[in-house]
Formats: sequence, structure tokens, C-alpha cells
Amino acid sequence: MTTLSPRRTGRPGIAWAVPGLLFFVFFAAAPMVIVGYLSFTNWDGLSDPSWSGTDNWTRLWNDDAMRQAIGLSLLLTLLTWLFQTPIALLLGVWAAGRQRNRAVLSAIFFLPLLASSVALALLWKTIFDPNLGLNAQIAEWFNLSSADLLGSPRGAFAAVLFVTAWQFIPLHTLIYQGGARQIPQSLYDAASIDGAGTVRQFFAITVPQLRNTIVTSTVLMVVGALTYFDTILILTRGGPGDATTIVPFLMYRTGFQAFDLGYASAVATALVITATAVSLLLVRLTGFSKMRSTREGI
Amino acid sequence: MSGTGDTRSTSRRPAAWRRANLPAGAAAVLWLVIVAVPLYILVASTVQSRSTYLENGPLSLPTEFTLDSYRRVLEGDFPRYLLNTLIVTVSCAALVIVLAVTVAYSVIRTRSRTSRRIFQLFLLGLAIPSQAVIIPVYLMITELQLYDTLLAIILPTAAFSLPVSVLILVGSMRDIEEEQYESMALDGASPARVLWQLVVPMTRGGISTVGVFSALGAWNGFMFPLILTQSRENRVLTLGLYDYIGEFRVDIPALLAAVVLSIVPIFTAYLFARRQLINGLMGVGGR
Repeated sequence: MTTLSPRRTGRPGIAWAVPGLLFFVFFAAAPMVIVGYLSFTNWDGLSDPSWSGTDNWTRLWNDDAMRQAIGLSLLLTLLTWLFQTPIALLLGVWAAGRQRNRAVLSAIFFLPLLASSVALALLWKTIFDPNLGLNAQIAEWFNLSSADLLGSPRGAFAAVLFVTAWQFIPLHTLIYQGGARQIPQSLYDAASIDGAGTVRQFFAITVPQLRNTIVTSTVLMVVGALTYFDTILILTRGGPGDATTIVPFLMYRTGFQAFDLGYASAVATALVITATAVSLLLVRLTGFSKMRSTREGI
Repeated sequence: MSGTGDTRSTSRRPAAWRRANLPAGAAAVLWLVIVAVPLYILVASTVQSRSTYLENGPLSLPTEFTLDSYRRVLEGDFPRYLLNTLIVTVSCAALVIVLAVTVAYSVIRTRSRTSRRIFQLFLLGLAIPSQAVIIPVYLMITELQLYDTLLAIILPTAAFSLPVSVLILVGSMRDIEEEQYESMALDGASPARVLWQLVVPMTRGGISTVGVFSALGAWNGFMFPLILTQSRENRVLTLGLYDYIGEFRVDIPALLAAVVLSIVPIFTAYLFARRQLINGLMGVGGR
């Protein structure tokens, strides 16, 4: 770090931002543009990409596997939200209160957040193992006829839903805990005087006050669910059949197992478009712009 | 590194949830069970021999205690994977801290349209999923002749940690009073000196958060190593675990011992950096 034009004010110039900016643009922003370009090429990963016009896109449009993958991705996203939000919200609000043992409890609660998706998927794969695992019991709980949870299409989908929830609910719990801590106590005191019970207070004060937190958590959940990859690769390999082949896994299989990187780029571009569209929709529907102002505003 | 973490010891104590709402308390207890049981299975499976595990199943109490499964893992390539992961993690965290601090410093102290644009670009970057760009990144890494090196993992991993890091640091630098900058400027301090003697000490919390976050991301990263490296020498822990599925197919205790060994270092670090991590995460939400 050399000194760059020390002016009288001692203010740094834009030049200070250049190394970080270049680095980010080179490895993250520019590839976003390049992937769009590659989607119009034919590329096997070894020779140079060759221009193929809109071939990949026509193929994508008519591809049943792709259609199913998008459907599965959206379904997984919706169910993820329905499954994780109520639990994380309740846990977060609870954790924002005062309990003894909270340090110990949170250490256990948050352990899944620290471990890699790979480690956790491996653990769950072992637990779900049809011969050696807990499968028989699990099948009973979920009321499945087969004991081979990962071997049945619905079972495998439920397993992905459950394992990712197990892993990510701690994150959202923390976010809700942070939000709940900022709710002024006076609101609750006033409600108590008016005779509102705990449940009433939860729905009349806590939930409306956490509006922006819910939006943040939802956006993170949606983008997360649309991009689950590690868990799928290890837990189900997209199967059985194509029952858990969501868009990112389809892209990986097409690109790095079948070495059809041009087509995989089209899939990747479609993934970005889907994710952006869903996020924008959420922003519109929930007034996320209000939240942005607390993030920006230099 | 022994695997004797006892996850059961706390589950019996009733948490005092007077005044807190009951459904949430019930959810908390239920969640504790859901989290603790798999972790119990994880640890308990690794301290019994292969044959007892096969006989008694995953939920049984270990009758005879043995660390053999850990020995089997540590005698293999595990130490090398661990070393590679350490190199990747430390380099990523260092790179991210240096780059994010300078970007945030410039954004905060240069009041121009350009600096605002730069900040907005990083904000947009928060939304880029790494899957979306893995193919071009693979192309670039190959062109740079970096394929199958640790650097191939470090560079893109660090780049993807930058947006959230810049966001966190801009947030904590905003809290420094203008007067403090002014008094240093009166002394004729250069931007570098202001950064080193005022900004860095004042934002130590934010910098630690950024370090913890980028380290956690690098430690747990899987897709970049999977696609950008190949050989055994450059394998990181997550990729090693993935390979163990085949290698230890019938040796579940060893497989799970590798899982435990991959979590222990990061959990130990977490015990020291817990506050930084939690503050950082809670700052994300707002209200």
C-alpha cells in the first residue's frame, strides 16, 4: 500500500478502491457477462468455444429435463420457505429473550451452521442409509411405505428439504433474533396493560415489527434454495431418476460430467434470470426498497 | 483431537422461559432434540469399532470406547487435506480483509458519484450465485494456467466474499466521527496513516467479523475446489470428505470420524470468535 496523493484533508482517493474493485470485477462481475456469451457457443471444455447462435436456447426451451428442473427448483424454494420461516421466526423470538444456558444452547443450535454442507450431507446420508441408518424409523415418521427414503422420489425430495432446513434454520434464527432484539419493550408493556396475551402480542406486535427482517430472511432463503448444490450432489446425486435434479445440479451434470459447457452456460444463465426474477418479484410485493434505504445511504 | 464431545449433557436442564411465549419455547426444545440427536449419532458412531456399529445400529450406546476410526482417517491423506484447507482459509481471509478495508475506506471517505457507484456494484454482487459463474471462472482459471492449484480456489473464493465484507466494513466505518478524521488531517496525516492509526483500530470489530466470515466460507467451500482442482496434492477437506464416500464405503465410523475431524477446528475457532460471528449475522437482518 503506497501513499496516493496525500491531499491536505488526508482523504484517500478512488484509487484505493481499485485493487478490490478489479479483483471483484474480474472473478465475479465479468463472468456474469461471459456466461451469457458462452450460452451462444458450443464448447466441450477442451477446444475453444465456437459460436453456435441461439441453438442452446432453442434446445433449452424445448428441454423437458430443464422444465422439470425449474419446476423442482421453484417447488423446493416454496416448501423451504414454508418449512423454515415459522420455525426460525419462533426460535429467533424465543432466543431474543432472556434464558439461562443460552450460550450453551446456542453453541449446539449453531453447530450445523459452522459445518460444511458436505460434512452435513455426509452425516445425513449415513443416517438415511437403508441398511445401516435410522431409515426405518424415519420412514415411519414421514409415513412412507418404503424404508429406503433416498430411494423413493418423494422421500429423497423430503430428505433434501429436511437436511437443508436442519442446516440453515440456525442462520435465519440468528437474523430473527437480531431483529426481535430491536423491538422496543414499551410496545409490549403497552399491550400488557391493554390485556393482550402472549400469542396476541406475538401476532400484533412481533410479526409486524419484524416485517423487514422477514423480507431479508426470505430473500436469503429463496436465493439459497435456488442454488442448493453440495447437499444434492452428496445426498441424492439428483436422483432417484431426476426427482431431485434442480437447476444448479442439472447445470453441473451437463457442464462438468457431460462436458457440454455451452449448453450448461445457457442453464446457468437461466438460473440467474430465474433467481433475479423471483427476487425482484419479492421486492415488488413486499416493499423491499424501504429496507434498501437502511443499507445504502452513504 | 479426541472425539469426546458430549452433546447430551445440556438437554435435561429446563430452560427458564418465563415471560417468553410458550409455542416458541416448545419449538426451541423440539429443535434442540432435532439438532442434538444427529450430532449424538455422529459422535457416538465414531467411538465404536466397525463391528459393534454394524451390530448395534446408529442409535445404540457405544459399549466399548475406541479411537481407532480417528486413527484410520489420520493415517491417510487427511493431514494434507487439512493443511491445504488451512492455506486456502488463511490466504482468503487475509486477501479479503486487505481488499475490503481499502475499498470500504475509499467508499466512505471519497464523497463522489464514482465511489457510490462502486458501492452499488458491490451491493449488486451480493446477489450473484457462484453457480452462475462457475463455467466462465473455469475458463479464466484454465487460461491463466492456474487450474489444479490452490490459488485457483483462493482467488474466486475471496472475490465472492468481498461484497458482504465491503458492506459490513462500510457499516462500521460509518460510525467514526468526522472530528477524528479532521484532527488527524490537521496533523498532516496521509491517507495511509489515517487508515492505519484511526480507521483500522476503530473498526477492529468489523474487521474481525469479516475475517471470521471469509474464513468460514473458504473452509466450507466446495464447488470451486470441486471444479477447479483435480489432483490429490491440491485437495481440500470438503473435497476429501466427498472422496471418502467411496473410500470408506463400508467403514461408517471412519467416514463419520472424518466428518468430526473436519468440524473440530472450525468449532474451536467459533468458541473464540462466537461474538463476532453472531454480531455479524444479526447485523444482516435489520428490523
